[in-house]
Amino acid sequence: MNIQSIVENITINIDGQDVEVPKGINIIEAVKMVGKGKEVPHYCYHPKLSVAGNCRMCMVEMGMPMRDRGTGEPILDENGVQKIGWMPKPTIGCATNASPGMHIRTNSEMVKESRNGVTEFLLINHPLDCPICDQAGECRLQEFSAEHGRGYSRFIEKKNVKPKRTTLGPRVTLDDERCILCSRCIRFSKEVAGDDVLGFVDRGTYSTLTCFPGKELSHNYSLNTVDICPVGALTSTDFRFKMRVWFLKRTHSICTESSVGANTEIWSREGKIYRITPRRNDAVNDTWMTDSGRVLYKAIESDDRLTQYTIEGVHKTVDEVAAAAVELLQAREVALVASAHSSVEEQFFYQSIAQRSGATVSLVSHYAEGDGLLLSEDRTPNLRGALVTGLIHQLPEREAKLEALARDINSGAVKTIFVVNEDLTKLGIHKEMLAKVKVIYVGTHANETSEVANVVIPSLMVYEKDGTFINQSFRVQRFKTAVPGPRGVLSDFHVLERIAAPLAQEKVAPLSIDDVWERMVSRIAQFDAAIRWSALPEEGVALDASAFLDLNFVESKNLKFDPVAFKETSAAPAETSATIATEA
Amino acid sequence: MEFLDASLPYIMPIVYAVLMISVFMGLCSYSVLAERKVSSWIQGRVGPNRTRVPLVGHIPILGNVMTGLGLFQPVADGLKFLFKEEIVPGHVNKGYYYLAPIIALAPALTTMVVLPFGRYVDADGITQPLVLANVDLGMLIILGISSLGVYGIVLAGWSSNSKYPFLGGVRASAQMISYELAMGLALLPVFMWAASPGYYDSEGLFVEGSRYGMSLFGVVQSQQAAWTILWQPLSALLFLVALFAETNRLPFDMAESETDLVGGFHTEYGCFKFGLFFVAEYAHIIMGSGIFVLLFLGGWNFLPWVADPWGDGIFGSVLSVAWFMAKVFFMIFFFIWMRWTLPRFRYDQVMSLGWKILLPLAVGNLVLNTIIIALYDTLTR
Amino acid sequence: MAKTKVLERKPLSFAEKTFLPQIVTGLKTTFTSMLQKGVTLQYPEERPTIPDNYRGVPTLVKDPNGREKCVSCQLCEFVCPPKAIRITPGAIDTDAEPERAHVEKAPQEFDINMLRCIYCGLCQEVCPEEAIFLQDIFSLSGYSREEMINNKQKLYELGGTLPDKHFKWDKKKSAEAAGNAH
Repeated sequence: MNIQSIVENITINIDGQDVEVPKGINIIEAVKMVGKGKEVPHYCYHPKLSVAGNCRMCMVEMGMPMRDRGTGEPILDENGVQKIGWMPKPTIGCATNASPGMHIRTNSEMVKESRNGVTEFLLINHPLDCPICDQAGECRLQEFSAEHGRGYSRFIEKKNVKPKRTTLGPRVTLDDERCILCSRCIRFSKEVAGDDVLGFVDRGTYSTLTCFPGKELSHNYSLNTVDICPVGALTSTDFRFKMRVWFLKRTHSICTESSVGANTEIWSREGKIYRITPRRNDAVNDTWMTDSGRVLYKAIESDDRLTQYTIEGVHKTVDEVAAAAVELLQAREVALVASAHSSVEEQFFYQSIAQRSGATVSLVSHYAEGDGLLLSEDRTPNLRGALVTGLIHQLPEREAKLEALARDINSGAVKTIFVVNEDLTKLGIHKEMLAKVKVIYVGTHANETSEVANVVIPSLMVYEKDGTFINQSFRVQRFKTAVPGPRGVLSDFHVLERIAAPLAQEKVAPLSIDDVWERMVSRIAQFDAAIRWSALPEEGVALDASAFLDLNFVESKNLKFDPVAFKETSAAPAETSATIATEA
Repeated sequence: MEFLDASLPYIMPIVYAVLMISVFMGLCSYSVLAERKVSSWIQGRVGPNRTRVPLVGHIPILGNVMTGLGLFQPVADGLKFLFKEEIVPGHVNKGYYYLAPIIALAPALTTMVVLPFGRYVDADGITQPLVLANVDLGMLIILGISSLGVYGIVLAGWSSNSKYPFLGGVRASAQMISYELAMGLALLPVFMWAASPGYYDSEGLFVEGSRYGMSLFGVVQSQQAAWTILWQPLSALLFLVALFAETNRLPFDMAESETDLVGGFHTEYGCFKFGLFFVAEYAHIIMGSGIFVLLFLGGWNFLPWVADPWGDGIFGSVLSVAWFMAKVFFMIFFFIWMRWTLPRFRYDQVMSLGWKILLPLAVGNLVLNTIIIALYDTLTR
Repeated sequence: MAKTKVLERKPLSFAEKTFLPQIVTGLKTTFTSMLQKGVTLQYPEERPTIPDNYRGVPTLVKDPNGREKCVSCQLCEFVCPPKAIRITPGAIDTDAEPERAHVEKAPQEFDINMLRCIYCGLCQEVCPEEAIFLQDIFSLSGYSREEMINNKQKLYELGGTLPDKHFKWDKKKSAEAAGNAH
C-alpha cells in the first residue's frame, strides 16, 4: 500500500486523540502515525505484504459514532455529543481500515486482556530457548512477551514437538517449534518473490511450516523471509550462531550489486561485518534485497585485498605514490579506464583528473540478466553517477571490450593508462600490451592488471568509506563508513585530491566529504545548492534526469522502476524540479 | 710500645666513638623494628615475622622465637636499602640532593657525643658520667646541633625540585622555628633549679651553688631524690610536646604527611638515601628520648626517693647504663604508642599550638619559676 | 516532618580544653588493643574459610553428566561491566557429539580477561543456563598478560562440575524422543 498515493485525509480518534490519517489506511499504520512510540503490537501484519490477520495480536477496541437506525440521525448523549457505539469485542487492527469518525482504543483493559491471552497461547508450545536462538534481541515474541505477557506459564502439559534444525534451502534454516504461524514467509514467497514454495501442513496445534514436497527455499530472495520472521523460526544459515544482534552496530549503506541501489543496513562489531540486511525505502527496494547482495561484504577479508601503496612493487607512502602518478599523468597521452563502481565523489575527481591530464575516458559495462525485482541488468551501482559528473557522456558499449584503447596502445597514442578497479586483461588488452605502457591502478583487490601496474593505489570498499551512489532512477543515495579499511589506506577521494590538485597546480586541500560536495554542487547542474552530503535524507534525493533521457539504458522494468514511466515523468521538467526542491 | 702508650689517648676516643656509633646505629635499626612490631600489635596484626638468617635462625625454639619477633628483619631492611637500584630523578639539584640525607643524619649522631648514658665512680670516689665528652654546656650543644638536622629536610625539599617535597621542607622549617623556642624555654627552669649560681648567706658569706651549669650530668645528679617530672610537670609536658614536633613524629609529622604530600621531603628519594633519612628520624627519636629521660625521668637513677640498689663498682655502672637504656626504650615505645593514638594535626593547628599555647605557657612557666626561685633564694638566705 | 531540635553544645571543662585526659584515654585504648590477640591469618599456611556465596574467579561448570552447560548466549559478555568476557559462539558439531545435537549451540572460544574482571558476579546472575559461577578461587597470578586471560579449557578446569537441578536439556531431549501424541 503506497501511502503517498492516497490524498484524501480523514479524522479518526485514537485513545481520545483526534488524528488525521489517509483514508483506507489500516489501524496499525494509523496508530503508527500518532507517533510518540505508539504502536499496536503485531506479528503477521507486514506493511509490504497482504493482510492475513492470523496472529490476533493487534487487537484493538473499535467504535463508530452512533446513528439512529431508522432515521440516520446522530444519537446524542446528555451533553449533546454524539455517542460512540463501541463494539462488544475487540477487532484486529491490521484488517480494520480507518473510516471517518472511527474511535480506537489501543490500551483499554479489554485490549490488554486479549493481548495477554494471545501471548499466553503463543508461548504454550514455544520452546523458550532464547539462549540459543539467533533472533533473541530482535525477536517480536520476546519483546511482546515481556511487554504484554503474564511472566509465568500456566501450561503444565507436555509441549508439542516439531522438527528442529530443518534446512529449508541453501541459506535458510527452520526451527518449527519457534514458529508462531504468522505466514509472513509464505506470503512473501508467493507475493513478492513469486516462488511459492512454503506452506503449512497439519492442523491446529500441530500446524507446521514446511516446503512443498520436492521444493526448497532457494530463490535469490530467501533471506528476506528470515528478516520478516518475527520469531527465530527462520534463521540465516550464514549468520547462524555468529554473533548476538545486540552487539552489532548498524550503519546505513547502499547495496552495490546492481543499479537498483537497494538500501541496506550493515551490522558490524569492532570492525568486522557480520551481516547485511535491507533497509526500508519505499521508492527503491521496499524492505527487501537480494541474497546475493548480502554476501558481497565477504570480499573485505579476501586474501587478494590491496593494502599497500606501491611503486614498481615497492611499498611507498601515499604522497610518494600520488607524486609518481602525477608525474605520469603530466606527461599526457593518458587513457582513463573509469569504473561505475566508484562513488559519485570519486567519479567527480576522475573527471577532473581526466580533464586536467587530457585523458580519453572509457568505462566498462557490467551487464547481465536482471530478475525483474531488485537485480537490474546493470550490475554496477553508479553508472548514472559517471554521467552526472560528466566523466562519460555516452553509455558504455554493451560488450565489455576496450577495442579503441587497445588500438591506441598498439599505435602508441597512449603512454599511460589509469585503471580504476577493472582487470584490463579480461577486456581485450593482454599483458604484453600493458607492458608497452605505464599503468596506474586504483582498486580494492589485486588482479592481473594490478600485478603489472607501475603504481598501485589501494582503494576502500563501499563499507569502509563515505560516499554516494546514483541509482537507476537518478536517486542520490548515501552510504556511510561501517568498518575501518585496511590500516594506512586513505579514503579514495583524499588520494585523488593529491593527484588532481597538483595537475592543476593547486595546493592539496584537506577535504571532508562535505567539502567535496561543495565543489560538486558548484560544478554539476543536477545537484541542488542546498544539499550537503551529511544532510542528505536517508531515503535519498531524486535528481533531474531530463538531460539523460535520450540515452538507452539497459534496465528493464523491475520492482520499483519502470523505464517507460520514468521517462515520461522525468520529461516534465517543472514537476521534477519541484520534487527536488521539496525533497531537498 | 711507647708509641702505643703515647698514642692511646688519641686512639681511645676514636675507638669509643666508633663503638658508640655502631651501638647507636643498631639501636636505630631496631627502633624501626620496634615501630613495625608495636604498630602491628596495636593494630591487631602480627608484623614482620618471617625473616630468618641462616644458622642463628635455625636454632631450635630460640631461632623460631627470634624469627617470630622479627629480630632479623633489620638485616633484611638494611640490605634492601643497600641493594636497591639507585634512582636519581633528572630534575633534582644533584649536589644538595646528595648532601641532604647526610646533613639530616650527622647532627643526630653528633649530639650523641655529649649525651651521658651512665655513671661510674672513679678512683677518687667522685661520681663521673659515662659520656664521650663531659661538657658543662651539654644541653646547649644538643639544642644547637640537633636543630641543624632540619637543614637536611629543607635541603631535601628544595633540591628535589618538586612541589610536594618543597612543601614538606617549608613546613618542617616553620615547625622547627615554632617549637624550638618553646622547647628551649621549657628547659630553662630545669637548669635554673639544678644550677643555682650560689648565694650569700645571712652572714654575707658566699655559698656556692651547683657546679653543673648546663651540664646534663648535673641535672641527672640533681634528680637523685625527686625526678624533675614530679615537680616540674608543666616543663616536662611542654618539652615533650616540643620534642614530638622537633622529631617530626606523629601527630606532628607535617613534613612527611603522606596523605597530602605523598612522602613530604623524601618523596624523590629512594634506596640508601631514603634509608639515611629513615635512620636520621629514628636517631632523633632516640636522642630525644635520651634527653627526656635525662632531664625529667631521673636518668640512670633507680626510682624517685629510692637509692640505687646497685653499688658503685663496674657492676653498678653497667646496671646504671641498663636502667638508663630501659627508660629510653620506654620513651621510644611511648613515641610509637602516641603515633597510633593521636591523629595528625592540621598545619594551622600545629602553628597555633606552637605559638599561641606552648610559647606563652613556656614563658609563663619560666617567669613563674624565676619568681619562685627568687623568693626561695630570698627566704632561704 | 519531624521538628528539628537544636541542642546546646556543652561548654568544655578546663580538663577537656587541655585535651590531656582525652589523650590519656586514647593511650589506654591503644594499649589495651595491643594486648589483645591479633586477627591476622598466616596466609599461605593458614587459609581463610571461603563462604559459599563468595565471589571468586569466574569459572565455567559442567553438568553432572560432564557435559558443557554454556550455550554461548553471550548474555554474560553483554552484561559484563568491564568487558572482560569475550565469547566466540559456534554450533555444536552434531557428528562429534550426537547426544548433544539438540543443544545446537556452544562456545567455540570463551575468554575471561582476569586483568579486567571486577568480580561483580553479574555474569553468574545473568546466566540462563547456570553455566558460569564465581567460585572460591581468590588468588590468581600470572607472569604475563596473556596468562591472565582464562580460555575455555582453563575455565572448565577451574570450574569442575556442579550439581544441576533442572536437567533442562535432558528433559528437552526425552521430549523430543517421545514425540507428539499426534
